[in-house]
This record gives sequence, C-alpha cells and structure tokens, in this order.
Amino acid sequence: MSDHPLWRRLQPFVAVLLVVGLIGAPLWLVVVTAGKSQGEAVDPNFSLPSHWQLLDNLRQVWVDADVPAAFLGSMLIVVPTVVLVLILGSMAAWVLARRTSKLMAVLYAVGISGIILPPAVVTVVLLLRQLGLAGTAIGMICVYLGIYLSTVIFFVTGFVRTIPESLEEAAQIDGAGPMLVFRRIVLPLLRPVLATATILICLYVWNDVFYAFFVVGGRLDTLPLNLFRVASAGLYLNNWHLIFAYVILMSLPLIALFAVAQRKIIAGITGGAVK
Amino acid sequence: MAVSVETPARVRVPRASGPAPRVIRRRTHPMWFLFPAYAVLVVFFVLPTLFNFVYAFTDWSGFKSAINPVGFDNFTALVSDGTLFRSLRITLIYAVLVAVFQNAFGFGLAVLLERDTVVNRIARTFFLVPVLMSALAVGYIFQAMLKPTGWLADTTWTLLVVSLIHAWKWMGLSMLIYLAGLKTVPEDVMEAARIDGASRWRTFWTIRAPLLAPAVTFTVATALLGSMNGFDIVQATTGGGPARTTEILNIFIYRTFGQGLFAQATTMSLVLFLLVALLAFPVIYLLRKREEIL
Repeated sequence: MSDHPLWRRLQPFVAVLLVVGLIGAPLWLVVVTAGKSQGEAVDPNFSLPSHWQLLDNLRQVWVDADVPAAFLGSMLIVVPTVVLVLILGSMAAWVLARRTSKLMAVLYAVGISGIILPPAVVTVVLLLRQLGLAGTAIGMICVYLGIYLSTVIFFVTGFVRTIPESLEEAAQIDGAGPMLVFRRIVLPLLRPVLATATILICLYVWNDVFYAFFVVGGRLDTLPLNLFRVASAGLYLNNWHLIFAYVILMSLPLIALFAVAQRKIIAGITGGAVK
Repeated sequence: MAVSVETPARVRVPRASGPAPRVIRRRTHPMWFLFPAYAVLVVFFVLPTLFNFVYAFTDWSGFKSAINPVGFDNFTALVSDGTLFRSLRITLIYAVLVAVFQNAFGFGLAVLLERDTVVNRIARTFFLVPVLMSALAVGYIFQAMLKPTGWLADTTWTLLVVSLIHAWKWMGLSMLIYLAGLKTVPEDVMEAARIDGASRWRTFWTIRAPLLAPAVTFTVATALLGSMNGFDIVQATTGGGPARTTEILNIFIYRTFGQGLFAQATTMSLVLFLLVALLAFPVIYLLRKREEIL
C-alpha cells in the first residue's frame, strides 16, 4: 500500500510475524502433539514432546483406524469425480460460451446456480435408494458431479469466451467435426482453467465430510469420514496425538499436490482476473 | 486531479465471425454437448431439490416405511418450539460474521503482501495452507487450542469465535482474489496519479479500491452464501453447543437425520434452500456481470 521507506523496512518483519503467529502456531501444535505420548497429549499445548514418537503414532493410526481402506475409498471417489466433472463440464461450457441466445442464457443461469444453492442432502439419499445407488461409490460420484459441475461450467465458460474462435474455424474449414474440434483444439487451450478447476474440485471432494456422511456414511469409508467417525466415537476422545497424526496423514497428499503445482494453481486462480 | 479509471480490466477479444448464423452454430457447436452435464445436473441436483418441496410436507421417518402427507405440520412444529427461527438467526449471524472477517483478513493480507518479494511469496504460500486443509481438521486443531480457554463454551461469544475460525481457514483464498484484483490496476494509471500529485492514501482509495469492486462482489458473495451451507468447522469445534447456541441449519439437519427424523431434516433443508435462494438471486445477477474476475 505504502512506499514509505520505513514501511518498506518493516513490512517483511510484519509479514513474518503474521505467518508465525497465525499459521505457524496452529501447525506447530499439530506437529508437536502428533509427536507426543497419550499422557502428554491429553492437554494439547505448544511444548515439545519429551521424546518424539511421531512415527509410532502415525503407524498406530494407520493400522487401528484402517487408513489404507479409507484412503482407497477417497481415491475411488475423488479420481472419477474430477475426471468426469472436467469432461462433462467443459463440453457443456464450450457450447454455452459459443452459442448466444435466450435459451443459452437461461441454461447457463441454471448451470451455474449450483455454485451457490445448497444441495438437498436429505432427499438425495431417498433418490439414490430409489435408483439402487444408495451407499455406493457411483452414487457418491453422481452427487458430487451434480454439486460441482456448476463450478466447472462457471469457470470454463468464462475462459472459453476469451479464446478467439478463429482457431476452431480453421479446423472446421478443414472438415473437422465438433468432437474432433473439441478434443484437439478446445481442450488443449483450456489447460490453465482446467488446472484451477482440478485443484478446487480435489480440495472440495477430498475434504468433504458432510455430503459423504449422508450418501455413503457407514457403508464406504473416506479419509474425512473415517477421521470424523473415530474422533467423535469416543474411541479417540482426548487422544489428541492420534487425531493430529491422522490430520497429518490426511493433509499430506493435498499439500504434496500443492507443492508440485503451486505456481500453476496460483496463476490459475489469479490468471483469469489479470488477463 | 483528472485521472481516467476507465481502463478495462480485461481486453475482450472480438468474435471473429461477427453475428454467427444459427444454422452454422448448430453444426459446429451442437446442443448434444450439453446433454451429459445437464442430465446429471437435473437428476442429481434439481430432482432432489424438487423432492425437498414434497417430502417437507410428509411424515417420512426412519421408524416406519409408509410416508403420508401431513401438510404444514413440520413447519408449525419447528416454528412453535422456536427451533426454526433460532437456527435461521444463528445461520445468518454466522454467515455475516464469516463474510466480514474473511474479507477483512483477506484484504488486509493482500495489501500487506502485495509487493513481489521473496518473503511475501513465501508468506502467501503459508496463508494458503489452511485453504488446503480439511475443515474438519481445522476444527479439531482449534478445539484443542481453545478448549482450555473456555472460548468454546460461552453461550454468547462462541458463535463469534467459530466464525473467526471459519474466516481463518478461507482468508488465503480471499487474499489471492484480492491480490489478483490489485494487479488489474495498470501501473501507468498509478503513475499518472502520482505525477498529478495525489497522495498515496488518496491514490489507494480513489483509484485502486474502486477497481477491486468485482473481487469484493465475488468473495463477499461466496463467503456469505457458502458459510450458510457450512458444517464441518462448527461440528468439529462445538458440535452446535453450548446449549445449541451455534447450531446452524446444517448441524440441525445432520442431527435430526441421524435420529431418523427425516421429515424434519428435509424441512430444514428446504428452509436452507429458500434462505440461500432468496439471497442468491440478486447475487447471481451480480456474479454474471462480474464473471470476468474469476
């Protein structure tokens, strides 16, 4: 905001202080508590464990809470959801962006309404029962698709409108049909916005516990559902060292993904606005 | 001071084809591309929502298989025991607090970390970590941290504390959006203002802040309407307590669903839908106008 020399000097210190206080402290609590013994972790505090047993705690959670099964359950749901939501969403968004009519405007409004309108979590269970999909991964994937297609349609439609149509026309003149144009010309151009959408949808679905509770709760385990169950079942009551070990296990895949694709993610989220 | 602020945030690429003939569009951009997405949307999003309008008026429950219409009984029951308006009030207060805090924090961080230095880039990355973490995990962390203080057991102030935690989790996202917004202000406009002798303070508030309007619209709307649909953080910190003073609509829905009271849960789900829809229509209109920002 200010270019005042004094502020220029002070700003880095303020930034570091805020990071340490606001982000560092809670994360520190997670790591040190996950490294403590049960006795030490009963009252979580910022002190170092008298002796580190982080790996033992991670191992205990891994085995006792059946993390591998929950991890598989999460992957089984997240991967198809992300792939399908991107394909179906960008197909629709492409046509929505290119055709202009009253009908299209209405369809677009319906298509993006799900960004804001809350899904009907209770009756969707009834619907899935009637369809024979209750408690199944397919049912869960369909529910997530219904919820997050709006997000993809919103992002991608806005992006397609910034791509000149002449690229498509060149291919059309050469005789390429819509499917070919979409696959060979449009999809590759959408890469930046699809990267952003992938991150967002992964984030939402990987961390979701609310919708999963209604749709697959008790039938299929995902990481957040499993954490929720063990943490509220009393099994881990006050076993903060195990809860936080679980938190570390669960957060690692997303943090790793973020570390790899960090520049892309930030550029993706901000790029649309800066262009 | 005469500074033009009409610089467009984004240069629109003119359609090469001009007013495209409908017939050609039908062939090059066929409607069936919409079909798979809209089929899923209709079956798994629209249909359950329509079900809400039916089953909220029945006695659907986990204790018997028959489902009979009961008119407005569910609503009158929820109104008469005060649950409906209490949950509505708590949800609204929670959403407004989250929207205010999340945007205030996000804006403050964006302004603080705007310059592209190494320290700032690293700091921004750290503020994104809570965005990546599961809301449930965030809730447990703060429960562990705050339980000894008693802040999570106060019937008046706990709602405020929980909304601060919610804002803490999402402030990094608001920060990113505001940072993007700040970058849309062209350097030459700023320079022109400086040459004209505008103070830094004045340049900031009269040139840069107004250009942030689309970013504000977007993040206020999503924070406000998104937190109405919140669940994880409240559940993991207080579970709706103490004495149900933080029981937002989704906590109620979760609790009654777990007790097998499906009709009551559906009724509240309908109430939540109507609440958000009522507030959302003006917001969607704004979003559509501002869609360039994100």
